[in-house]
Amino acid sequence: MKKIEAIIRPEKVDDVRKAIEAVGYPGLTITEAEGHGKQKGVTQQWRGETYRVEFLPKVKLELVVGDADVEKIVKAIISAAKTGAVGDGKIFVSDIRDAIKIRTGERGESAL
Amino acid sequence: METKVMLDTLWVLITAMLVFFMNLGFAAVEAGMQQAKNCVNILSKNFVVFAATSLAFWWLGFGIMFGDGSPWFGLQGLFSLHGADNSPATGAAYQGVYSSLNWTGVPLLAKFFFQLVFAGTAATIVSGAVGGRIKYLSFIVFSFLMGTILYPVTGHWIWGGGFLAKLGFWDFAGSSVVHSVGGWAALTGAMILGPRIGKFGANGKITPIPGHNLGLATIGTFVLWLGWFGFNPGSTMAADPGAISRICVTTNMAGIAAVLTATIASWMWMGKPDLGMSLNGLLAGLVAVTAPCAYISVESSLIIGAIAGVLVVLAVTWFDRLGIDDPVGATSVHLVNGVFGTIAVGLFAQDAFMPGTTGNGLLFGGGMKLLTAQLIGVGAVAAFTLVVSAIVWYALKATMGIRVTAQEEVEGLDLGEHGNSAYPDFVVRKTLPVSVSASVGAAQPVRS
Repeated sequence: MKKIEAIIRPEKVDDVRKAIEAVGYPGLTITEAEGHGKQKGVTQQWRGETYRVEFLPKVKLELVVGDADVEKIVKAIISAAKTGAVGDGKIFVSDIRDAIKIRTGERGESAL
Repeated sequence: METKVMLDTLWVLITAMLVFFMNLGFAAVEAGMQQAKNCVNILSKNFVVFAATSLAFWWLGFGIMFGDGSPWFGLQGLFSLHGADNSPATGAAYQGVYSSLNWTGVPLLAKFFFQLVFAGTAATIVSGAVGGRIKYLSFIVFSFLMGTILYPVTGHWIWGGGFLAKLGFWDFAGSSVVHSVGGWAALTGAMILGPRIGKFGANGKITPIPGHNLGLATIGTFVLWLGWFGFNPGSTMAADPGAISRICVTTNMAGIAAVLTATIASWMWMGKPDLGMSLNGLLAGLVAVTAPCAYISVESSLIIGAIAGVLVVLAVTWFDRLGIDDPVGATSVHLVNGVFGTIAVGLFAQDAFMPGTTGNGLLFGGGMKLLTAQLIGVGAVAAFTLVVSAIVWYALKATMGIRVTAQEEVEGLDLGEHGNSAYPDFVVRKTLPVSVSASVGAAQPVRS
């Protein structure tokens, strides 16, 4: 099993959800986050002073999927989230040691 | 029952209600321009201050301000409006101890109610400048003292038949009586209290602390704009069709001119038009025209407003550079433009509008006479208010303390002073932005 963490633009959440729905996915958690990569922040002002906002709003999607499904879901996320401009985000894939369904107690990929 | 008395009384009371409504305006502007973690505290201050001022002004303030007595303060009819009075009789027919108000033909309680809402306005001005770090109780005590002594004494000099009135000093609706007095007290408060934690850094670095709700600030500003149509025209205390119409227009024209110049100024200097500056611009224009509004032409009101709009933008940055933390610009709006408006009477007044009062100002052939009186008045009000308000602040500081603890300030006064949260469903940010002003006076323009 693998965990896919995708940090994307907030306005892309709906497009990404539709894209992964089309290829099938077991479940999804989203978190509202702030951050930046190499993308610079923005400059704002308040009554004669300027300041930087370095952390931009993003959304983090987390999905735990079977090994066989990783590539198709990653491709779906990229196709929906990409704009070509700096700030499109990143996807991280990591190993998951175990998964347990709380309701039934099942473990492993059948718990997903 | 005389029709004139009925109409004048209706006018005085309705405009007083409009001025009362400005308390909502101040509460909304101040809350919107400051952080969410202090919202309950700011709303509370603005709410309670009117109650404290009402009590103070009824108990003693009105008597000191309008009672007959010396050129410095009233000595008769001091407490609880019990002085002899046969209002609505006017002029020679008036018999009583509140002679300074014998020119308006309305009942005593109408005069009191009208003057009370003006006193309430002065106290709310202080609230903005000390926001985010003042102790609630200390502020209430200060407001009570403002309503009993600070405001009424200078008010007596100007509207109570005192020495400034006798010198030929004129302030139609209160650029000095209300706005400068509030402004000076706000200045001493902000200075003695000290800036909010994190506002100023080494090398004069200034950190912006953005307001949390510009919607609230805008609503508040519109409410104040509406209220000012009670503040200025109401000060005729008579339903005089010509005067009240003219004053509505001069009031509005000064306001809009200031909106435009403040917007243009902040647009040019910072690269983008800052809403906070535009809102302050409006208020600056209205404050500036408050003293001259009855004595000037519409053209003059446009000029006064235009200057006020530029002054307030400069003043906001200027007070920041001086290391004085005024979260809402109360000093820039009320103090700077209260003084300017008072001086503007000396420049722009025309005898034709209210014959036998101001005479002509400097720009209309009246020479220096009126302007000199105005300048003396500015100085006298400044000296008294600076000294007495500073004494009160220091006395409060030495006894009950005026500033919350550092920990409470960081957590927010809503929790510390009230055990409330304005937005319990939301996570409130506790960090401050990173200023890009490299040093004093070097704010980078906002360009994307």
